[in-house]
Amino acid sequence: MSALAIDARALTRHFGDFTAVDAITFHVAQGEVFGFLGANGAGKTTAMRMLIGLLEPTSGSATVAGFDVASASESVRRSIGYMSQKFSLYDDLTVQENITLYGGIYGLSDAQIAERMHALLGRIGLEHARKELVRRIPLGWKQQLAFSVALLHEPRIVFLDEPTGGVDPITRRRFWEMIYETAATGTTVLVTTHYLDEAEYCDRLSIMVDGAIAAMGTPGEVKGAYDASSLDEVFLRLTRPGAA
Amino acid sequence: MSTGVQSPLVSGASRAGGAVAVRDFTKRFGDVTAVDGISFDIASGELFGFIGPDGAGKTTLFRTMVTLLVPDAGRVEVLGRDVVVDLWALRSRVGYMPGRFSLYPDLSAMENLQFFASVFGTSVDEGMRIIEPIWRQLAPFASRRAGALSGGMKQKLALCCALVHAPEILFLDEPTTGVDAVSRREFWDLLDRLRGGGLTIVVSTPYMDEASRCDRVALMQKGRLLLVDAPGAIGEAYPRPIFSVRAPERLGTLGVLRRFPHAAAVWPFGEVVHYTDARPGMSNASIITEVEAFARAAGVEALEVRPIAAGIEDAFMWHMMAQERA
Repeated sequence: MSALAIDARALTRHFGDFTAVDAITFHVAQGEVFGFLGANGAGKTTAMRMLIGLLEPTSGSATVAGFDVASASESVRRSIGYMSQKFSLYDDLTVQENITLYGGIYGLSDAQIAERMHALLGRIGLEHARKELVRRIPLGWKQQLAFSVALLHEPRIVFLDEPTGGVDPITRRRFWEMIYETAATGTTVLVTTHYLDEAEYCDRLSIMVDGAIAAMGTPGEVKGAYDASSLDEVFLRLTRPGAA
Repeated sequence: MSTGVQSPLVSGASRAGGAVAVRDFTKRFGDVTAVDGISFDIASGELFGFIGPDGAGKTTLFRTMVTLLVPDAGRVEVLGRDVVVDLWALRSRVGYMPGRFSLYPDLSAMENLQFFASVFGTSVDEGMRIIEPIWRQLAPFASRRAGALSGGMKQKLALCCALVHAPEILFLDEPTTGVDAVSRREFWDLLDRLRGGGLTIVVSTPYMDEASRCDRVALMQKGRLLLVDAPGAIGEAYPRPIFSVRAPERLGTLGVLRRFPHAAAVWPFGEVVHYTDARPGMSNASIITEVEAFARAAGVEALEVRPIAAGIEDAFMWHMMAQERA
C-alpha cells in the first residue's frame, strides 16, 4: 500500500469537448489536512468525484488509500469518508437511526455500531439527543454529527465538501478543531471551502483555476510565491488576472 | 406609521422617509420561533445587511418583508405600508431575489426576463434603463436556457428579473451563498453601483466579511438581533481589549492562551489567533507583558502580540457567547 493517502497523476476529465479537469498532479500524505480550493467552476467538484470513485477519469490516474480510483473504485469508497454541506444526514431519522443506517452501509457489525455510537455521542456531547430527529437538533451539532458519521467506519481519508458553509463563526471554528483532532489520529483530511481564512488552517493547499492546479504548497509557500500578504490576495490574482 | 419605541439595540442614522420599519416582529412555525420579537428601521437609500448563520431567521424575515409571510405578532412596514394590509400596493414596488434559484430553467434568459416584466405590467425595453449594466454581461447568453447558465450568470439573471419593474427597494436573500470569494466581491461591486442610483437595498449573508460593504448591518442569531449599527462602529464598540497573536505553532498557542486566567475569548483567525482580555480597564502594554510571560512559562516562545481593532466576526462571536450565557 502506498504511504500517500492521495496520489494523482495527470488526472484528467473531459465532458464532450470541455476539459473540466486538466492533467492535475498532486499528492496528499497520510495525516495531512489538505485544502482543495478554487473558484466556482474551476473543476474542484469533478476532481473530487473522480477521487472518491464516482466518476471515471478520461486519462491519467489516481490512487486513494492505495487503491486505483478507476479499477478499484469499490475499495476506494470503502476506505474513505465523505461529508458535504448539502447532503450528509437524513433529517427524518433520529440521531441513533442515522448512525445505525450508516454503520450498516459501511458493513459494521451490530456490536461495532453500538460501541462506536456510544463513543461518538459521548465525544460530541449528544448522548441526550440520541432519539431526537436530526431535523430538530441545532445546525452546529448536526454538522459535528455528520462529520462523526463520515468517520464511523474509521476511513483513512475523509473528504469534506464545503463543510462549514452557512454556519456561524463559532461553530465554524469548533468544526476546524474537530478536523485537527481527526488529523492528529492519522486520518487524512481533504477539505474544500470558500472561507479563505480557513485555508490558512491547512497543512498544504492547492488552488485550481480552469481545471488546472495553479498554485500549491503550504499557506506560507503559496503566499510567498505571489509575494502576497493573504491567501485572499493570491486567490484574487489567480482567478481574475486582469483585476489585480 | 409606526410610533413604536425604538429598541435600545438600534442605533445609527434613521432618516425621515424610512424604507422599512419593523416593531416586535415574531414568526413561529409550529413550536419553532423563527423570528423572536425583533425591531429595527432601514432608511431610504441605505444598503442594509443582515448577517447571520443558517437558521438565524433571515429568510423568514425577508419573506415577511416582501409580503409572502404574515407576522404572528408585531408590525412590519415597507415603504410606509403594512405588509399584511397593503400587500397588493407593495408588491409592484418591491424587488425580491430569493436565496434559492427560482427562475424557469426551461425558458431562455430573455424569456425569463420578459415573463417577469409582463407579470409586473412593464416591458423589457422599459426595464432596460435599470438593468442595462447587468444585462450587458448576460446579453451573449440571452437565448440560452436559464437552467444551463453558469452559477454567476444565473445570479445576474435573477438580479435582472428582480429589478426589471424598477422597484423602490430591493431585497436579496443570501445572493452570495456558496459563491467563491472573487465572484462575491464582484457581486457587491454591482450592488454598490445600484445603491449609487438611489435604490434601497436590503441583503442577507452568512459571510461576515461582507458586512463592511454595507452602510449598516444587523447581526442576527437564533431569531434575534444581536446588534444593529454601522460596520465600523460595531468594531469600535467591542467591549474589551483585543489582540492579534502570532506564533510558530498556532494550535498549541490556542490551548495555552485559553488557559490564561484573564482570557475572555480566544479564536483562530486565519494565520493568527485573536485574544480578548477580560479586563476592560487594563493597559495594552501590561496585558501584552503578562500574556507573553504566561505563554513563555507554558513553553511557547517567539510570541508576537499586538493590539488590533475588532472586526465584525469578533463582535459577532462576542455577542453570540453573551446570548448563549444569558
